[in-house]
Amino acid sequence: MTHRIIYLDHSATTPVSASVLAAMMPYFSEHFGNASGIYSQGRRAKQALEEARATVASVLHCHDDEIIFTSCGSESDNMVLRGVAWTAPQTGRRRHLIISVVEHKAVIVTARQLAQLFDFDLTILPVDGYGRVDPDALRQAIRPDTILISIMAANNEVGTLQPIAELSAIARDHGIPFHTDAVQTPGHLPIDVDAWGVDALALSGHKFYGPKGVGVAYVRRGLGLLPAQTGGGHEGKRRAGTENVAGIVGLATALQEADELRPQEVPRLQALRDRLLAALPDLIPNTRISGHPQQRLPHHASFLFADIEIQGVLMGLDMAGIAASSGSACTSAAQAPSAVLTAMGVDASAAAGHLRLSLGRSTTAADIDTVLDVLPPLVARLRLIST
Amino acid sequence: MTSAFSLQLDLVPGKSPAETTVVVAMSGGVDSSVVAARLVDAGYRVIGVMMRLWSEEAPGQSRENRCCTIESTNDARRIAAQLGIPFYLINVEQIFRRNVVDYFIAAYSSGRTPNPCVACNRTIRFDHLLKVALALGADYLATGHYARVRATPQGFELWRGIDTHKDQSYVLSVLNQQTLPHLCFPVGDLTKPQVRRLAADYGLDVASKAESMDLCFIADGDYRRFLQDWAAEAIQPGPIRHIDGRILGEHQGLPFYTIGQRKGLGLSSPEKLFVLHLEPETNTVVVGAAACLGQDHLRAQQVNWVAGTAPPTPYDCTVKIRYRSLDHAATVTPLPGQQADVQFHHPLRDIAPGQTAVFYDGERCLGGGEII
Repeated sequence: MTHRIIYLDHSATTPVSASVLAAMMPYFSEHFGNASGIYSQGRRAKQALEEARATVASVLHCHDDEIIFTSCGSESDNMVLRGVAWTAPQTGRRRHLIISVVEHKAVIVTARQLAQLFDFDLTILPVDGYGRVDPDALRQAIRPDTILISIMAANNEVGTLQPIAELSAIARDHGIPFHTDAVQTPGHLPIDVDAWGVDALALSGHKFYGPKGVGVAYVRRGLGLLPAQTGGGHEGKRRAGTENVAGIVGLATALQEADELRPQEVPRLQALRDRLLAALPDLIPNTRISGHPQQRLPHHASFLFADIEIQGVLMGLDMAGIAASSGSACTSAAQAPSAVLTAMGVDASAAAGHLRLSLGRSTTAADIDTVLDVLPPLVARLRLIST
Repeated sequence: MTSAFSLQLDLVPGKSPAETTVVVAMSGGVDSSVVAARLVDAGYRVIGVMMRLWSEEAPGQSRENRCCTIESTNDARRIAAQLGIPFYLINVEQIFRRNVVDYFIAAYSSGRTPNPCVACNRTIRFDHLLKVALALGADYLATGHYARVRATPQGFELWRGIDTHKDQSYVLSVLNQQTLPHLCFPVGDLTKPQVRRLAADYGLDVASKAESMDLCFIADGDYRRFLQDWAAEAIQPGPIRHIDGRILGEHQGLPFYTIGQRKGLGLSSPEKLFVLHLEPETNTVVVGAAACLGQDHLRAQQVNWVAGTAPPTPYDCTVKIRYRSLDHAATVTPLPGQQADVQFHHPLRDIAPGQTAVFYDGERCLGGGEII
């Protein structure tokens, strides 16, 4: 039996790093004040909050007042989509939204609801076999009344990177705000909101060794946004609610740490990841890589194994002490084929054999050796079971 | 914790309990929960699984399979967590649909009375699930069935559960020498009251849980409504014919009638009439007097002999013709082509094609087959 768990699901979540936890600890019981208070505890909390905001702004290369702290990446996506859409009455009644078919559900479901219940028109852009949006398709989809374009920076299921700068330039040419769900990118890509050309961007603390329950929405100065959560005047009157100071401090510490470690971690993880991408299609017959072979997150490997249901593979890996996932956010065993894979032209039976291995700081070369030892015979045994 | 009952499980040679992996099919109910608890207690490496079976779905509504509702799944997951074992859901919707639901519809459509539990055990639980368990490196699959496995020098035997009221060897008559070596039924040597007491001893909060459902995939348990929704073409009105040739009326569709039925025929006749048999070729229900009812003979097909070979012929034993029926004395003659001829010592009124005839020598289940 394996004692150490080999955790290869960093795209799902990551452990809180020791330094992040240490940075957070004083803000639970010691510096517990409400950041709105005028007394010393309140000032201390406010100071921590604003320092965190400055830290995040410096990593993203933006102004402090463009950072809104939220509860998670999904909230940030919701905030931007709803917040921009709800300005329609003030912005010339523009009623057209553009997203891509590979967006996270926080974007897709929100956009669909705006279309179905609030009378917006929604264009969902297709992707190619690698999961990439075609810039020409975006160009053609734009209408005079397009109010927002939302296209993710990197896909969680297949790891594919979008040509964000190219897509955002098209939006800018037409004067349309551009939002990107960048939840998968910190620590893996340099984030620069000007280089990326984005007007809004969503992050989630727990994807980069920060705590769960805290996220970021970057909103460029001048982008009109009706607050979706109203109440007090927190976060520049754009997101009411007493600030989660400890979580925000943790997120900022984690984001800075991830950015500092990026130059050493990216080549290390990419080398380990490339071993998986190179070896598994050789070791396991009828296997192909899902997503783009090069234009993908450096820690992300994903595969389509023919003639198998991935469920058994995930169980077998778990029994061997390896934590992995199929990449889609299924919380139950109910199987609908992944919308991302379907959009990439993968048929339902092939999509059933999708495995995602996402590496992280704890991943070692020995871990990769173990995966290469365990996975091929496991797939072979399970393939013998005809269904 | 020490239990009042011993756990009889033949170890894989050379393996200690801690090295022996047992996959337990959990339902969230008391029986399979006690199975898991006993195995954990005995030191085995236990893994809980639950199969996600096919369920009816209609636009705008989702109906749960009654054997794997969200509630029972949560119960099973909670018990697994309490016992400190992994728990996985295994999706078998597609093969369940193919092998159990389609079979169920096809049987009724051809005038037979299907037994979906037997079909599920043959094709899903003790085939697909067992294969998955073995492929994952397990040594055994354990379930909460009331039956016993005996290893003898001549091979593995299937015995009735100790608790005669709960005995489930009938639905296990599909097991054989390939499957039995990998199976264990850790409540088969207990009575239901003993199982409930063990559940309390182990601190398992399952005491009030309902039993597993026979027609788990039929949301409301109403097979007539199910057939109307899913196989409307199989339900065609047709003639009710007296055995003497007279047409007495019209029936509502063959699936709604079973042999021996007297009520609900909608006939006004001075004679007390019973359904004698169903004729799918002509979509006819044949009725007649009680005297015409009853057969002392049946033929079974797709017969499984647990021992792997048929007994010497002819063989005096007892036969159950339904899950809840009594044992009937009979002489069984194995025939070529996996068939068997069963001559009862007394005529029976309710032999239904499609049901399973299961053969017993005392406590030992010899096997069974589908009544033609």
